[in-house]
Amino acid sequence: MANPNIAKHPEYDYDTVRLFCLATIVWGVVGMAVGVLIAAQMVWPVLNTPWEWFHFGRLRPLHTNAVIFAFGGSALMATSYYVVQRTCQTPLFSPFLSKFTFWGWQTVIVAAAITLPLGITTTHEYAELEWPIDILIALVWIAYAVNYIGTIARRKPNHIYVANWFFMAFILAVAILHIFNSIQHPVTLWKSYYVPSGAIDAMIQWWYGHNAVGFYLTAGFLGMMYYFVPKQAERPIYSYRLSIVHFWALIAIYMWAGAHHLHYTALPDWAQSLSMVFSLILLFPSWGGMINGIMTLSGAWDKLRTDPILKFLVVSLSFYGLATFEGPMLSIKTVNAMSHATDWTVGHVHAGALGWVAMITFGAMYHLIPIMYGRKQGQMYSIALINLHFWLATIGTVLYIASMWVNGLMQGLMWRAVNEDGTLTYTFVESLEASMPGYIVRTIGGALFLAGMLVMAWNVWCTTQGRTRNEEDPATLDPVLEADAVAPARG
Amino acid sequence: MDMNDLRALSTVLMFLTFLGIIAWTVIGGRDRFRDAANLPFADDDRDESETKREKSS
Repeated sequence: MANPNIAKHPEYDYDTVRLFCLATIVWGVVGMAVGVLIAAQMVWPVLNTPWEWFHFGRLRPLHTNAVIFAFGGSALMATSYYVVQRTCQTPLFSPFLSKFTFWGWQTVIVAAAITLPLGITTTHEYAELEWPIDILIALVWIAYAVNYIGTIARRKPNHIYVANWFFMAFILAVAILHIFNSIQHPVTLWKSYYVPSGAIDAMIQWWYGHNAVGFYLTAGFLGMMYYFVPKQAERPIYSYRLSIVHFWALIAIYMWAGAHHLHYTALPDWAQSLSMVFSLILLFPSWGGMINGIMTLSGAWDKLRTDPILKFLVVSLSFYGLATFEGPMLSIKTVNAMSHATDWTVGHVHAGALGWVAMITFGAMYHLIPIMYGRKQGQMYSIALINLHFWLATIGTVLYIASMWVNGLMQGLMWRAVNEDGTLTYTFVESLEASMPGYIVRTIGGALFLAGMLVMAWNVWCTTQGRTRNEEDPATLDPVLEADAVAPARG
Repeated sequence: MDMNDLRALSTVLMFLTFLGIIAWTVIGGRDRFRDAANLPFADDDRDESETKREKSS
């Protein structure tokens, strides 16, 4: 399928891609470990040690920032910088900007890891970082946008591959969201106040928050999907025409849905209803994209039996379908009246975060990291360990979201239960005690997911050392094989 | 005609644009985007050279 018009390819810039890949693994371990810790704090409150820096309230934003911006962000930058070079057949626009985005972004992450436990926060969810860090984020993001679009401008093929459309939408939208949700008035170096207030502030915050889901956690990772699923399955996307309709429908509709986070608040009622209607319409482009990805395997379903990387990619699309069905359902005002502020919301977020975002990242990284070390795509140290990771991640996700469904429904029903005389049937503490079994199951699920991440870290480490595990039968995991598994190092 | 009419008009125009995009993708048939869909494989000879380098080492 090689294009005869392109005889020789330029030397691609893989240095930055490689660094971002390694950062993805490191921050994945850190972010998920903090997640398991705060899940355990819900079960054993004694884990909220006397030191305030490690209390749930300080660590929860650290967890969300670490998994979304450090793990997810590094993965998005690694894959977008790789995909744009490969599909445009040109190296990155500027080696300086590439390095600047990497080191700048890592500085943001380290600053977040220091300031959040210290209690330095704007209190805006998913935008907790204070104004000096916000300025650095904006600078890094603009450098990223210039570097990415500059690379596309220098492309050899005439057409811009659809994965790049999704990545560009992600980059541009996040720049706009971040800048407009950071209009703050600094009072000291580490304290600022938002310029808008009240319902307008809330509306801007959830315009930001929901479109961070839509453009960062959806469009960005769909860019990943549109390259790595066809590439790993070794067949083009099921329908390129559907991918175009998918793109424009998704970006046209997502922007309107954010107010569904503010049902039954001081926000005008029409804005709430409008956001619900657009959230419901969102089901169609979401499922169109899911079908497009899964049907790419049409005629090659047998690959799923032998290729755990493809399993990660396809199961991530299944969880994407699940989460994007659940989301519109939760946005219906009458459903939201029961689900709001319960664990159902937490379960929904993690169906997307663990099932979709993390799993598609794992699939893409297992495909990409060997290439970064001069190997063929997907040739990791051990295929059997990828399979082990797949099952740990899948079982962990299912335990997590199932326990949160049970907890969420139970809490919603207990909170609204009233006696004949109109008094509440249950106290809040009673609903909290009833939630305890779910919190234990959630912690186990999260721990399994983290264990899978650690298996991945080991597999990546061995791959970077140029090793290959001797695996005659990838289904077996025999440690005895380890002895003669060490292949000669590269080069 | 006040500001809200313009706002409503912008929604209608956006929807018509979207219908136009759908029409554009459907016209020309399935084969129109074949080269575009194959872009992830268009530089595969590079992968092969990397594999060769690995084998020779």
